[in-house]
Amino acid sequence: MSSDLYCTDLVRRFGEHRAVDQVSLDVPAGSFFSILGPSGCGKTTLLRLLAGFDRPDSGDIFIRDQRMNTVPPNKRPVNMVFQHLALFPTMSVADNIGYGLKRRKVAAAERRKKTERVLEQVGLPGLGDRMPQQLSGGQRQRVALARCLVLEPTLLLLDEPLGALDLKLREQMKVELKHLQKAFGTTFVYITHDQSEALVMSDRVAVMRNGRFDQVAAPDVLYREPATPFVASFVGDNNRLDGEVLGVDNERVRLRLDTGGEVSGRPSSALAVGQRASLFIRPESMLIGADLPASFSRIETQLSTTLFDGANSRIETRLGERELFARLPQDGSVGDLQPGTTVSLGWEPQRATVFAEAQV
Amino acid sequence: MNRTAGKLSLLLLLTPFVLWIVLLVLLPHVQMLRVSFQVRESWDSLSWGVTQYSNFFAESYYWRTFIRTGVMSMLTTALTLLIGFPIAWYIAKLARGRARGVLFLACLIPFWASELVRTYGWMILLRESGLFSGWLQALGWVDGPVELLYNDAAVIVGLVYNALLFMVVPLVTTLDGLDDNLVEAGYDLGGNHWNVLREVVIPWAMPGIVSGCIVVFMLTLGSYLTPTLMGGKDSAWFTQQIFTQFITRFNWEQGAALGVLLLVLSSLLVWLGLRLTGQNLRKVLG
Repeated sequence: MSSDLYCTDLVRRFGEHRAVDQVSLDVPAGSFFSILGPSGCGKTTLLRLLAGFDRPDSGDIFIRDQRMNTVPPNKRPVNMVFQHLALFPTMSVADNIGYGLKRRKVAAAERRKKTERVLEQVGLPGLGDRMPQQLSGGQRQRVALARCLVLEPTLLLLDEPLGALDLKLREQMKVELKHLQKAFGTTFVYITHDQSEALVMSDRVAVMRNGRFDQVAAPDVLYREPATPFVASFVGDNNRLDGEVLGVDNERVRLRLDTGGEVSGRPSSALAVGQRASLFIRPESMLIGADLPASFSRIETQLSTTLFDGANSRIETRLGERELFARLPQDGSVGDLQPGTTVSLGWEPQRATVFAEAQV
Repeated sequence: MNRTAGKLSLLLLLTPFVLWIVLLVLLPHVQMLRVSFQVRESWDSLSWGVTQYSNFFAESYYWRTFIRTGVMSMLTTALTLLIGFPIAWYIAKLARGRARGVLFLACLIPFWASELVRTYGWMILLRESGLFSGWLQALGWVDGPVELLYNDAAVIVGLVYNALLFMVVPLVTTLDGLDDNLVEAGYDLGGNHWNVLREVVIPWAMPGIVSGCIVVFMLTLGSYLTPTLMGGKDSAWFTQQIFTQFITRFNWEQGAALGVLLLVLSSLLVWLGLRLTGQNLRKVLG
């Protein structure tokens, strides 16, 4: 498959600090690629390197096999949707969209036609005469997208554009962005700190930390088979238990927890007996009750509280110093639980991942 | 009771402002307007008429100076904008932290001296026996001393220098509010420097540009010292004629008429400028 964007060993230093540190990536044409990471992980710096607002200290950027390192932003086949959208406040919606076309010397009549068509495509027909300030947050979002998409860029960069929207609209726009990306067939590179945005929309997600990629994978792989303890705790909710390796056999690692008790999980890397290790288990894989199959790992915890939230209801329990969460099924299989009582939690070892000494 | 107290405190707050407007702005102008329509018939009798105004149009020296002052003031305003804009851009967008304050201060420092001192400063540099003349001779570019003072260029140099701060301050304020992302978006969508300046930066800065231009234009049009000291005999300025009428000739009626005309000219040009740039006074004054 051809790549629209291909980067090798990108480095960007600010003084001693490496904001982007040896990042390589390969984004296939027409795909939705997300870079997910906490604030300050270097994702915005990386995006600015791709847009051309900043130059890498070393490494190369190729877009459709053209080296882009020294190409200025206005000459790159790349457009960007800014975090605060950056719609020109002194221009109407149509002029905002027409700005890029005008730079390409598209004739006025053609420009008007293209502007009208793209406004229809993003679901804002006939709003060309409005000023950006007169639009709602969701509408502004669409105008910002239309302004880039009308130029048919090879690559569209998006810098957390949903951050300013309220929760409900954000959920709506997530799905819509995904549909628009499919409809236009443009390659999207999306950066966000919101793991749900990345998981819902992307074909592939890169999890970034301290200027490096921890893991690049499809969303479901990222969720089920995290490569590092950071990915395990950053993507989705997770419970963490620390202990010492007792034995490794047959794709299973047995762990003695610091709080006592013995549990098992799937090793993510080579582990040695006696080594410190952390086990991660998702709340929905943690089952409540005493009558679990014998192959399951089991712990006894103190119930702190139950958190009712419809299908996402969970219980919060304590094991030593740690807070643990488990999904609380709403089908009546678990009886009434009183705070302070002892609750048995268990999981199928296959569903837990064990890492050597997590430093998160 | 409470409402009366509220009204009273509003009244008290407004009083100084109202007094200032009425006593120092409105009354003198009304008085001047009245005087300008008085015609002295003999030493103890007056009548009403437009003699002073017809004098203005009949005497070519008056209206020529009038037009000259208007044109030179516009030229000065345009030059001040051209010089002030890059300075304001540097202060608002490129300078960081301490440098910003220092630059602002550098613009302000000349105003700690009076206009007279500032103008004499320029005269020391530009006069025949001045520094520039000396340097030009030392470099061998000219044979004898050159007189750089007492021409229109010297007047404009002095006026631009006096006006610069009043252009830079409103520009810095508006440019400060310009989101850097807007500029980046301008480039990202394919614009070059000129496109971004013309379509993104200038429309955004328009209120600052217009308010800076109004202030500079008014200041320049009404300035007296700089054109008088640096312009010499051939560079007449309209304020000089008002001065002459009031002080030298003691012809208050003619002086008042010229004063009214200057006020009308400046108001007219400001109004025209606002119309042409599509701004209104409310927007410009924020």
